[in-house]
Amino acid sequence: MRFGVVQFPGSCDEADALAACDRVGDAELLWHGDHELRGVDAVVIPGGFSYGDYLRVGAIARFSPVMQEVAAFAAGGGPVLGICNGFQVLCEAGLLPGALLPNRSLRFVCRQVGIEVADADTAFTRACARGEELSIPVKHTTGRYFSAAPVRVVFRYASGVNPNGSQEDIAGVANAAGNVVGLMPHPEHAVDALHGSLDGLKLFASAAGAPAGV
Amino acid sequence: MLVRPKAGILDPQGIAVERALPALGFDGVHDVSVGRMIELDVPDLAELDAMCEKLLANPLIEDYEVEHLEDLPTV
Repeated sequence: MRFGVVQFPGSCDEADALAACDRVGDAELLWHGDHELRGVDAVVIPGGFSYGDYLRVGAIARFSPVMQEVAAFAAGGGPVLGICNGFQVLCEAGLLPGALLPNRSLRFVCRQVGIEVADADTAFTRACARGEELSIPVKHTTGRYFSAAPVRVVFRYASGVNPNGSQEDIAGVANAAGNVVGLMPHPEHAVDALHGSLDGLKLFASAAGAPAGV
Repeated sequence: MLVRPKAGILDPQGIAVERALPALGFDGVHDVSVGRMIELDVPDLAELDAMCEKLLANPLIEDYEVEHLEDLPTV
């Protein structure tokens, strides 16, 4: 299983994402200007501040050459995971429904939170059980999820811990097919005993164990 | 281009500003909404709506309106 981790100018979590993928398979960096995905089996869009997050979070990154390839890969059923800024980019690109708005508090939040797996049938939650609670950190200023249309909810913040005012405690969603998943919490920061939690590994293990092409 | 949060979507910036005004003695202010203004010099006015839909605004969460400023002094 080979993961490709996309780096935009302004990405900052690609190293941890590579390290996380490396624990369940092989991982390599993809550059935002690439016109091909080099045959990877899964794509991770990591956190950070792509293109400075100018205009709106994720708004400029969606036009990068590599995102055209990611869109085609996703349309063909390829597994794609967007983490934090990656989630925002996937929403702006229309690969996931909805949008992320500034936290209700208008403050940056950085803390360990519990998230509940609401859907264990996506490319990135197959190694989880429905209803299982994972301990994973959040760190963001623009994480308030909103969608006017019904969505496939994959993760919800545990009762009482919603850090951003997100609609219906939504922490992560999937596309209808379940091969594209985005979430605000950072599973790549919860893959080692030193992190205080190994729960994030389950998302990467889910993709690694999935049949080719999902 | 004036871009603002869609009606009905919580606007914490607007709320923060609304709460700050009475502290300065400006009472009775309601419905504060904070958006952004984008100034452009464009060759073709007909393209403005497409620019807004595709990039300058996110129609899922924002409304926009276009204001034409004619006869601006050229630099």
